[in-house]
Amino acid sequence: MNQWKNFTKGFIRENPILVLVLGTCPALATTSSAFNGLGMGLATTFVLIGSNVVISLMSKLIPDTVRIPAYVVVIATFVTIVDLLIQAYVPALYATLGIFIPLIVVNCIVLGRAEAFASKNTTLSSLLDGAGMGLGFTLALGILGAIREMLGSGAIFGLELFPGDGALIFVLAPGAFIALGYMIALVNKINKAKN
Amino acid sequence: MAKIESSFKNMTIVLSLITGIAAIALGFVYKLTLDPIAQVKVKELQSSINLVVPGADKGTINEFAVMPDDGNDSLYFYEIMINNQRQATAVLSYTDRGFSGRFTIMVGFDLEGNIIDNNILEHKETPGLGDKASKSKSNWNEQFKGLNLSETNLDVDQNVDAITAATITSRAYCDALERAHRAYVKHYSNEQNSANDAEQNIEEE
Repeated sequence: MNQWKNFTKGFIRENPILVLVLGTCPALATTSSAFNGLGMGLATTFVLIGSNVVISLMSKLIPDTVRIPAYVVVIATFVTIVDLLIQAYVPALYATLGIFIPLIVVNCIVLGRAEAFASKNTTLSSLLDGAGMGLGFTLALGILGAIREMLGSGAIFGLELFPGDGALIFVLAPGAFIALGYMIALVNKINKAKN
Repeated sequence: MAKIESSFKNMTIVLSLITGIAAIALGFVYKLTLDPIAQVKVKELQSSINLVVPGADKGTINEFAVMPDDGNDSLYFYEIMINNQRQATAVLSYTDRGFSGRFTIMVGFDLEGNIIDNNILEHKETPGLGDKASKSKSNWNEQFKGLNLSETNLDVDQNVDAITAATITSRAYCDALERAHRAYVKHYSNEQNSANDAEQNIEEE
């Protein structure tokens, strides 16, 4: 039961983007389409799971004073692996995400979960926490991307819904803020109603 | 198991171990992805050449760099050769006048220097406005097909249809096209001259 909670808390109750409001830089920058949002989310999920598992395994072996540099090395390793894999096997995604993949290193969620959760909990809980948080992040980015693509380019996953250009503002940065703001408001309302 | 004490020795050992393992893991993944990444790059280049010179994949490609008179970086020429005869040349050109800095374009020229086709490659132009210079977004760059820039001067105020609300991008695109054409003319007229010289030498002998 408790483990199940570790997994599901990232979806809505502690969603990294919509409740914790961490890692909004990639969330705003890469969600101009649903495909990009999902791709960014999945890349981050992989890094989160990998770093959470490795850090929870090693937490006893790392002296307290050097724990942050040690975590950063682990996270950077996983990010570089993801970067190379995407470059080799999903070049279309690499072309659009570009610089934002290496920037996962400095995404607050990853280091935040390592410090706040993985270093204090068992490997299994950390794995579930990483997966849940990652999927919550992916979900938020995917929905945000879908909304922006739908309103901005009149398409979803590249399939045209209606002809014409759509509201250009949703493809640009201001539209990202507007859409994200409404999503946060909605999730706040859901969470309030639950409590 | 108790936590390891934060002594200088322990910290050094642990950090070295972690970075060492990380380096080995990265080396392994790098080796693994080296080939696929190289293949992807070659494929991308081939498809961008194929787009501006249809049928380019039937020939072999002869690649070299040419320094333009204006601009700080060299342009790349891709000669499409069939049976050692040049069929067309794709030129990778650039401009620094884009709305968000430099962008690159690929232009295909036939033997007379007429534009076969052209497309924007890497760019940071505004989505929805300037990115219409790309074939995947609109057919804006069709208007340059068949033009010979020795005969026409591209001018956005006169004979070029600018992209609506992206005049700067349109001007920059023309700049890149003209840079490619000047380099093309210069390179092949030099080659022609040296070939003529060689012929004359033979005749004189």
